[in-house]
Amino acid sequence: MAERLRMVEAVRETLRAELERDDGVVVYGEDVGRAGGVFRATQGLMDEHPDRVFDAPVAEAGIVGMGVGLAATGMTPVPEIQFQSFLYQGFHQLAQHVARIRSRTRGTITCPMTIRTPYGGGIHALELHSESFEAGFAHVPGLQVVFPSSPAETKGLLTAAIRSPDPVVFMEPTRLYRSFREEVPDEHEIPLGEARVVESGEDITAIAWGSMLRETLDAADEVDASVEVIDPRTLYPLDTATIVDSVRKTGRCCVVHEAPRTAGMAGEITARINEEAFYYLEAPIERVTGYDVPVPLFAREDAYLPDADRIETGLRRALE
Amino acid sequence: MTEETVARFDIRSVQVLSPDETVDEELVPDLTDDQLLDLYEWMKRSRRLDERAIALQRRGELGTYAPAIGQEAAQIGTAFAAADDDWLVPSFREQPALMVHGTPPEKVLQYAMGMEEGAEIPGGEGALPPAIPVGSQPLHATGVGWGESLQGRDTVAVTYFGDGATSEGDVYEALNLAGVYDAQTVFVCQNNRYAISTGIEKQTEAETLAQKAIAAGIEGIQVDGNDVLGVYRVANEAVEKARNGDPVMIEALTYRRSMHTTSDDPSVYREADEEAEWEARDPIVRFQMYLEDRGVLDEETKAEIEDRIESEVAGAIDRAREAKAEIDPADMFRYVYADMPPELERQFEAFERSEEAERVPDGGVDRDSGGGLDG
Ligand SMILES: Cc1ncc(C[n+]2csc(CCOP(=O)(O)OP(=O)(O)O)c2C)c(N)n1
Repeated sequence: MAERLRMVEAVRETLRAELERDDGVVVYGEDVGRAGGVFRATQGLMDEHPDRVFDAPVAEAGIVGMGVGLAATGMTPVPEIQFQSFLYQGFHQLAQHVARIRSRTRGTITCPMTIRTPYGGGIHALELHSESFEAGFAHVPGLQVVFPSSPAETKGLLTAAIRSPDPVVFMEPTRLYRSFREEVPDEHEIPLGEARVVESGEDITAIAWGSMLRETLDAADEVDASVEVIDPRTLYPLDTATIVDSVRKTGRCCVVHEAPRTAGMAGEITARINEEAFYYLEAPIERVTGYDVPVPLFAREDAYLPDADRIETGLRRALE
Repeated sequence: MTEETVARFDIRSVQVLSPDETVDEELVPDLTDDQLLDLYEWMKRSRRLDERAIALQRRGELGTYAPAIGQEAAQIGTAFAAADDDWLVPSFREQPALMVHGTPPEKVLQYAMGMEEGAEIPGGEGALPPAIPVGSQPLHATGVGWGESLQGRDTVAVTYFGDGATSEGDVYEALNLAGVYDAQTVFVCQNNRYAISTGIEKQTEAETLAQKAIAAGIEGIQVDGNDVLGVYRVANEAVEKARNGDPVMIEALTYRRSMHTTSDDPSVYREADEEAEWEARDPIVRFQMYLEDRGVLDEETKAEIEDRIESEVAGAIDRAREAKAEIDPADMFRYVYADMPPELERQFEAFERSEEAERVPDGGVDRDSGGGLDG
C-alpha cells in the first residue's frame, strides 16, 4: 500500500514504523516529544511510545554523546538535532566517539545511531539555520552521510539508516519538507551507498543531492542536451562506480551543491572522476556551488544559493 | 571513618515589588523619579516594538522574530544597571536590553529583515551582536570581562541567556572560567520557564538555576524577574561586584508571555490558565500601578510617553524599510576576510558578472516550503 506523503510525513511514518518494528529504537531531541519537533516530524510519536520518545534538554553534546552509551546497552538511538548548525555543539562527540567507538574497541562496541538533522537554505530562516556542512561530516572516518531528495527516498534511506549497524548523519533538506507529495511505499529500504540515476542522458552527467536535485532537474530541462542526472544519495559511502560509468559515457560532468565550494564534496567527486575516467573527459568538470562565505541572512540568501539559472550556466560551460 | 558535611549553600531570592503591590520599602533601590519613569518608558517601548515586529512578520516584512513580551523587567532592569561603557553580550531575544544600552530599534528590525547590517555595532556601543546558538555567548562575556580586567579597566560584561541554555555545556564553562579568572562578568539567566516547547521541569532536576553558579564557585542569586525594582537592585549589586572581579549569576524568574518566535504556536504545549496566571503578573502593569500609587505617573505623562514611543517606533520601521530597499547582495563577500583571498576574489568576480547578466530578482523561493516551527 502506498500513500502520497510530504517529506516531513515520510520521516514521521518511517520513525513510526521503526519504533513499531524494533523496541530498541529510541527517538529523542529538543522539542521532539510534546510539540512533535519544530518541523513536526515526530508529531504524535510520544503519545504512541511514551517510553521511547523523549524531549531532551538543550544539550547537543549530550544528545549525541549519550547515543554512544545508549548504543552500548543495545539500543538504537535516533536523535534529532534541531538544525544542522547545532550539530557543531555535538561535533566533538560525533568525531571523537560516535565515529570511532567501533574501531577503538575492535568491533566489540558499536554505535548504530542515526542523527536526523534539517539542513540547507531556501526557507528564509534565522542565522545559522541554513548551513550544509556535509563535507565536514563526510570527512570523519566512521560516519555515513545520507541525503534524501524526495518523500519516497526519505522512507527508503531513513529505514536503511536506522537499520544500519554504523552511525549515520541523515541530512533532511528543510525546503523540501513540505514542498511536494509523492507515493511512498509501506515497506521500502534503499541500501546506503547506492546512487540513483534520476534521468538518463548521453551528453553530460549532472550530480546533485538533497535540496539541489530539483533545481538541477529544472536546469537540465533548459539546456539543449541530453543530461544524465545522478543523485548519489549517500556522500559517504559514495557510489563512485555509478558516477564514473556515467562520465565515461557522457564525457562531461557538472557537480552541484549549496555548501561552500572550497573543500566541498564537488572537489572529492571531481578527484574520483579524475582518477578513474580522466581520459574520457572532453571538458573540465564544472562545479556549481555556494560561495566561500557564511550563508547570508535571508535578505541576501537568494544570491548565495545555486538556482536553476546558475546550474544551467554550469551545464552549458561543461558542454562547450 | 567519619562522615561530615563539607559544603552547604543557600540561594537568596529577592523581590521588592510583589504581585499584590506590596512594597518592601527597605529594598527599594535608590532611583530618582526620572529614572523610574525611564525604566517604565523603556519597558513600554520594547513591548511596542515587539508588537509591531510581530505584525510586520505576519505581513511578510520580517523573518522569524523572538519577542521578549513579559520579560521586559528582567532585561531592562539589568541593562539599566550597566554603565554606558559596559558591555552587553546578548542572546537572540534581547532587543529590550540592547535598546537600553544604545542599539537603535531600526538595527533590531534590520536584523529581523534578514540584513547583516542589523548586527553592526554602532560606534562606541559595547555590545556583541545577537547570538543564535543557544548558550554559546556567555563564554564571550567571560572573555570580555577577563579582557577588560587584564587591561586594567573596571568595565563589566553583562550577558543574557535562557533557562534552556543552562543545559548546554558552554554555559557551565563560561561560569567556571569566570570564577577562575575573576572575570568582570554578570550572567543574567532569564528563566522564562520554556525552551521552545520544553518546560523547565524537563530541562533540569535542579531546584534553582542560580545554584549552577555555586558549582562554578561564583555567586548565584534569584530575583523576581517581573519586578523591575528587584531586578535593578540585584543587578546593580552584581555589576558592582563584577567590577571588583567577582562574577555573579542572576536567575530572573519570569515568563515568556507570547510565542517562542513568530513560527511557534504555544498552544501546543502550554495551558491557557497558566498563561492567564502570568498575565496577572505582567511586569509593565505591575510597575505602572506602583508609579501611579507613588504619584510619579499620571494620565498626561502616560499619554506623552505613548505618543513618543509610537512615533519613534514608526520612524525606526521607516528607516529599516529604506535600508532594506538599498541592500547590495554582493556585501556577502566583503567582510569575510580582511584581505579577500584569491579564490574568493574569483568567486566574487563571477558573482558580479552573473549579477550584470541578469539582475537576480528578489524572492523566487517558496517561503512556505519549510513550514513548521523554527529554533
Ligand atoms: C545550540 C542550539 N541548539 C538549539 C537551538 C534551537 N533553539 C533556539 S531557541 C531554543 C530554546 C532556548 O531556550 P532558552 O535558552 O530557555 O531561551 P528562550 O528561548 O526561552 O529565551 C532552541 C532549542 C539553537 N538555536 N542553538
